[in-house]
Amino acid sequence: MTLDDTDRLILNHLQEGFPIDPNPFQVVAKELEIPEAELIERLEVMKAARVITRFGPFYDAAAMGGAFCLCAMAIPDGEFDAVARQVNTHPEVAHNYERTHRLNMWFVLATETRDEIEEVAERIEAQTGHRVWLFPKLQEFFIRFRVAA
Amino acid sequence: MTPDTTDRAIIAATQSGLPLVPHPYAAIATDLGLSEDELCTRLRAMQAGGIIRRIAVAPNHYALGMTANGMSVWDVDGAQVATLGQRVGNLEFVSHCYERPRALPDWPYNLFAMIHGSSRDEVEALRQTIADILGSACQGHDILYSTRILKKTGLRLRSKKG
Repeated sequence: MTLDDTDRLILNHLQEGFPIDPNPFQVVAKELEIPEAELIERLEVMKAARVITRFGPFYDAAAMGGAFCLCAMAIPDGEFDAVARQVNTHPEVAHNYERTHRLNMWFVLATETRDEIEEVAERIEAQTGHRVWLFPKLQEFFIRFRVAA
Repeated sequence: MTPDTTDRAIIAATQSGLPLVPHPYAAIATDLGLSEDELCTRLRAMQAGGIIRRIAVAPNHYALGMTANGMSVWDVDGAQVATLGQRVGNLEFVSHCYERPRALPDWPYNLFAMIHGSSRDEVEALRQTIADILGSACQGHDILYSTRILKKTGLRLRSKKG
């Protein structure tokens, strides 16, 4: 879809936040000086067109329960696809990307407890014969990321 | 704060998004058997406690022309990483920024910053902006581009525990 200026205004505004209020769209519509019904309709259209990936609360992953850890492996070219299939069979593997480095496979492990991270990593090492490097977060920095629409 | 059973029900009901209706909180409260007032009070408490980062729209980067991204990694002096990491996190083009452990000798980098731009060239220029901020506190850096998505599953609420 092609976005017009009003769509862009809405996207830029709502990346900053959405109120917790009985009439939240009315509050936002007033700030943007457009009718409430138009605001909701434009959001529906952008969501259907997948210009909006998600609209709602963003939860801290750890607060939702469980442990998370970024992991990497160095897999030789000839084995890469086979190892990727093995790694991906584990339900604890949440995302997995091929990347340009000697450490060429990067994925996130998501488990109920901290100890399970190491258990799953050891299982993957035993299964594939390749080391799993663990990069747990030590500190997360507050993010101001916005996409200019 | 630790979410209780009711908070966890709210998380489960809203983690895929809010309904696009004039009274979205009332709609969710009805589904959960709560009053709208209690739901809003709990949402505010979770936001204040850091469980909710923010309530907002996440646009699709690709649809808005942000088609290039790279995981930049930096070897930053341990005494300065907290201050400098926060400056990098404040950059509008950085979507994630973490201090992580080094894995010597294979991996000397302790600061990870995901950079987004409209082209590989732009990402490289933005990477230089970070290099300038880190200055002599940085002993080495690299950038890893993703060449393939091997698996993509969202992080979801884990089911057990109440």
